[in-house]
Amino acid sequence: MTIGFFLREALRSIRRNAVPSFAALASVLVTLLVLGVFIPIVQATTGAANDVRGRVLVNVYLQPDAPKADIDRVHALLGRTDGVKRVEFVSSERAYREERKKNPEAYELLGSNPLPDTFRLTPDDPDEALKLVSALAPQTPGGGRTTADPAIESVKSSKDDTQKILVATRVVKLTTGLLAVLLVIASVLLISNTVRLSVFSRRREVQVMKLVGATDGFIRWPFVIEGMVLGALGALLAVLLLGVMKVALVDPLVADFALLAAPDTIGFGFLVAVLMGTGILVSALGSAISLRRFLQV
Amino acid sequence: MAALEDDLRARDTVAAQRAAHAGASPARPGDPANAIELRAVTKSYDVSKAGLNAATFAVRRGEFVFLVGQTGSGKSTLMRLLIKELEPDEGRILVAGRDISQLTRKQVPFYRRNIGVVFQDFKLLPNRTVHDNVAYALQVTGSSRKEIRAKVPDILRLTGLSTKLHHLPDQLSGGEQQRVSIARAFVNHPPLLLADEPTGNLDPETSIGIMQLLYRINRTGTTVLVATHDHAMVDRMRRRVIELDDGRIVRDELGGRYDASPDVNTAEFGALRSGDDEPDFDDAFND
Repeated sequence: MTIGFFLREALRSIRRNAVPSFAALASVLVTLLVLGVFIPIVQATTGAANDVRGRVLVNVYLQPDAPKADIDRVHALLGRTDGVKRVEFVSSERAYREERKKNPEAYELLGSNPLPDTFRLTPDDPDEALKLVSALAPQTPGGGRTTADPAIESVKSSKDDTQKILVATRVVKLTTGLLAVLLVIASVLLISNTVRLSVFSRRREVQVMKLVGATDGFIRWPFVIEGMVLGALGALLAVLLLGVMKVALVDPLVADFALLAAPDTIGFGFLVAVLMGTGILVSALGSAISLRRFLQV
Repeated sequence: MAALEDDLRARDTVAAQRAAHAGASPARPGDPANAIELRAVTKSYDVSKAGLNAATFAVRRGEFVFLVGQTGSGKSTLMRLLIKELEPDEGRILVAGRDISQLTRKQVPFYRRNIGVVFQDFKLLPNRTVHDNVAYALQVTGSSRKEIRAKVPDILRLTGLSTKLHHLPDQLSGGEQQRVSIARAFVNHPPLLLADEPTGNLDPETSIGIMQLLYRINRTGTTVLVATHDHAMVDRMRRRVIELDDGRIVRDELGGRYDASPDVNTAEFGALRSGDDEPDFDDAFND
């Protein structure tokens, strides 16, 4: 009887207070919609940033025409070096083929192959790339560089590029993270404020209920259930819209844009669960907290 | 209807005897038969607002008491203290022999279910029908639907609202709204009924009807305390009158008038005072 009664009371009050109820529902809908769009974007951006960071390489250029023995010795040396995740040998010919593909005209003019044999190192941690460079080519007091092995001509990590990539990706990650936090706070405030308004418009009613001898719980539950129903409805609408957007807009584009295909983007099912949960929980809590003030009679 | 009517009649006889008794001797402090007892109760508001100043009085079970005085004399403060909406600064308030300052926050709702309250502005729930407004007071106590179906139409018939069951409060006249609020206050048959300016917003004709209803409820044995400005009503009914002035009790008189000045008793409602059966009077309720 009691749960049925609370449910009936909640539905009645939604019907009777159509305008504030609609406002609450709409604010849940809008904030969850924005949140639902934003969460995958943040994740995709972070994923892309991590991907870029993963591409930071250290190139070890060998002396021109280094003999096979030197190449093997350097390979072994690099294998022993700390902080190296992967060593890839790129022969002079392969480098030439790759570069010519990128820039055929320039290499046509060049005629011969000016590229040395190269080792491409992937560092364990992209932020440590520059340390790796110093380890393989220590700075001399005079300002020049020696190398860890005579067969190594030079070691480069395209310093500027690496630095830029590291800074840029860090900024992207921080910004999106900050925006996400702000957005969540804004959603919570917006939803709870709207709920607060609709509770405020009924404070007289609450006062009367108290005078008739209703316990706090008896007054509170219909309001909380009302909040939950509105939150669920708003979230459901937001999820439906997001679903339509996903099918109509995002899915066709995934094939063309690597960003959207980032592997660690949130699953749609999980996203739906998060949005529904947020909508229901925030609305219910908003109702309960807003009511507290009016129950102190 | 019939059951309630029988119940009311049975209680009428008891109450009539009690009323006669009450008329003979005033309530004494410490008497277990007291419905309400105030001992040196003081309540003051921040600065200028008047509260209550060392108020002491007792009301016997089944009494009908008028509380009179100017605006700001402390009548409403007293009412709000009795329903524990306010806490006294000093002194003790006993209701049905129990010190209400001992009640915990959780107990207050249950305490309030034993008191019917009627206000000048009716305080009905605006988006509920007449029936649902009255039913709410029962739902609060966890009554079953069966009980609600049995009691609500009964009490609405008694208050003359049977034809307005499905109206919303704003579709009713002031007098009708006040009847709804009385029905709500009395549907649980509380031993004590408080009315704060119940006729304050009503014309004299309508006021008589409301006061008759309160009187009728009193005759079932319910203690009734009415705070009012209504000179004519107090003078007609000639019940016990407690006058407040600036938070102090300045007069406590059995069968008194609104004003203290001694005057010849020309009560048109003499029947009300004596507690006799008055055919015209009862007919007014059975329309």
